[in-house]
Amino acid sequence: MAYNLKEIIKRKTRFSAGHRMCAGCGAPPVVRGVLSAVKEDDNLVITSATGCLEVSSCIYPYTSWKNSSFIHSAFENASATCSGIEATYNVLKKAGKLPADKTTKFVAFGGDGGTYDIGLQSLSGAMERGHDMVYVCYDNGAYMNTGTQRSSATPKFADTTTAPAGKVVPGKLQARKDLTEIIAKHNIPYVAQTALLNNFKDIHEKSEKAIYTEGACFISVLSPCPRGWGYPTEMLMEISKLAVDTCFWPLYEIKDGVYTINYKPAKKLPVEEFLKPQKRFRHMFKEGNEWMIESFQKEVDKKWEYLLAMENLTNNDK
Amino acid sequence: MIRERLSGNEAVAFAMKQINPDVVPAYPITPSTEIPQYFSSFVSNGTVDTEFIPVESEHSALSACIGASAAGGRVMSATSSQGLSLMYEMLYIASGMRLPIVLTCVNRAVSAPINIHNDHSDSMGVRDCGFIQLYCESNQEAYDNIIMAVKIAERSMIPVMVCYDGFITSHSVENIELLEDSVVKDFVGKYEPKHYLLNPNEFISMGPLDLQNYFFEHRKQLADAMTDSKKIIEEVSEEFAKISGRKYGMFESYKTEDSDACMVILNSSAGTAKVVVDKLREEGLKVGILKPRVFRPLPYKDLTNALRNQKAIAIMDKADSVNGFSGPLYSELSAALYSQSISIPSINYIYGLGGRDVKETDLEEVFRNIIKISKDGKVDKTTNYLGVRE
Repeated sequence: MAYNLKEIIKRKTRFSAGHRMCAGCGAPPVVRGVLSAVKEDDNLVITSATGCLEVSSCIYPYTSWKNSSFIHSAFENASATCSGIEATYNVLKKAGKLPADKTTKFVAFGGDGGTYDIGLQSLSGAMERGHDMVYVCYDNGAYMNTGTQRSSATPKFADTTTAPAGKVVPGKLQARKDLTEIIAKHNIPYVAQTALLNNFKDIHEKSEKAIYTEGACFISVLSPCPRGWGYPTEMLMEISKLAVDTCFWPLYEIKDGVYTINYKPAKKLPVEEFLKPQKRFRHMFKEGNEWMIESFQKEVDKKWEYLLAMENLTNNDK
Repeated sequence: MIRERLSGNEAVAFAMKQINPDVVPAYPITPSTEIPQYFSSFVSNGTVDTEFIPVESEHSALSACIGASAAGGRVMSATSSQGLSLMYEMLYIASGMRLPIVLTCVNRAVSAPINIHNDHSDSMGVRDCGFIQLYCESNQEAYDNIIMAVKIAERSMIPVMVCYDGFITSHSVENIELLEDSVVKDFVGKYEPKHYLLNPNEFISMGPLDLQNYFFEHRKQLADAMTDSKKIIEEVSEEFAKISGRKYGMFESYKTEDSDACMVILNSSAGTAKVVVDKLREEGLKVGILKPRVFRPLPYKDLTNALRNQKAIAIMDKADSVNGFSGPLYSELSAALYSQSISIPSINYIYGLGGRDVKETDLEEVFRNIIKISKDGKVDKTTNYLGVRE
């Protein structure tokens, strides 16, 4: 069935209002975008790493998680925790202790700190073992829950509280870790990168594929953070679109090793368009710092060229 | 009843086969590695229904245990030393979430320097993590305690750690009496959790952020449950005696009825100590030993009552607290004695660290010292390092 936002938003919600995430935060629409892809008749168990999402969505005695069960145990172990749940499901199902006609799906959420950094080992283990689960990284490019410390997902030159742009150090010196590629190299059936865009078609369709593809699947979603990035809260969707239109955040998927770029901007915007509205990149626009923008653009171009080449290579290989 | 000859690890793996848990996540570490090895062969050969998760670390092993237990499964794992240290964060979470996981800890020294042999630094290092801790002298006790641990954990909703000595117990083959499969199956029964993630009739959220208004009360609930678990351990031990003929208490005392000098000692060294007691008794010396089985919860009233009439006590620690005072067992038992207004001259020995052999002659030296103390009441030095080269 073709995607229809009006129909999709009628589905029963699994993440209710009343959570305490900031205005203009990308994480709640990311969660809704992903979970709306779970069929209404299916059960769902959600695992969350420690982070903004967890501390703002489940504060005793309240929970925003509806029509689903939810667990948080620690920061670095959402994947391992989820793998234990999935294993239990398999054994209880086989033993006839769960209804035969009911399917349960497993989705784990983690921020970039809990995924790229401290949770990478646990994630790699779960992906390699091939549990039937989807890991969703909502990537806001720093440790936002503790106050914007740099992570290995932080873009080059970004101003963070542990790699601040100072007089001699111009923010983070290193480029981002390419986690989507790292997870793709686990040879799992489905890996995708998406963002909050337009009518949420891209995130919905990728989530649906991931959730209903057997085996371990991974989705990386750009999740803008107004406090860490320094943009006006109402600019959430616009900043997301700029990330995609500048090719800073390409939308692509890797299905059984075959790359598909889901969106190729007719006019690839210069990366300044994405950087300029954000306070974390403000220093890059000072006189004499043009080299930083050039360097950033070079990184973006390199990755984009790589994806085009991979798409070409893996499709011609078929 | 089946008579067999098994190593400690074989006995525990065999018990796990009979228990047939839903999920076993595990990671190899000497000297507990054999447990997941033996157990995964049961999985591969279809003799158990368990999902075995060969995780990539002990942190993930316990995390997967937590997920599996929260999901509604009966869950077991095994580890040692550095593995238990890596689990540290998750041990507190397992107990804080009240998940009845059974974890075998095959006791081994903790680095540095690295050492694969036995002492109790690992389990003693996590003594405040909210797990029930059972200590075992022999392969038989390891087998029996593992089976009882399942019921104790599920009734108390507190995870249980079963501890026995690396290599000495884990790898030594001893005669052992095993129960029939069906007897174990009936004894542990079916696991029927009240609330669990996979319950198709109820949606729950677990592991919330718990702030100033509630956290303290939730921790108190855990503390109360730990206190109450003593009664559950007693009940389960009585039930176990009915199926096995083997009766377990909070501790085992050996020839303490009329003794003047008593040694308190855990795990396999208690076996050596019993031999020494017999020998010294032949000389007419009134010595005995007390071997705690349950260290968490600390059965402080039972232990202190049992020691009340001694004239001198040696408390043996196969772990060092490195705190400028004493080992952990000494600190806790002497505090317990004080709390009951019992004042007995006592001495602490740190012994056998990193698998240093503890011989009959070593323990004899300790007994002769407390016999002397029982007569003159003088303790020259509270904490001593047994047999260490200065």
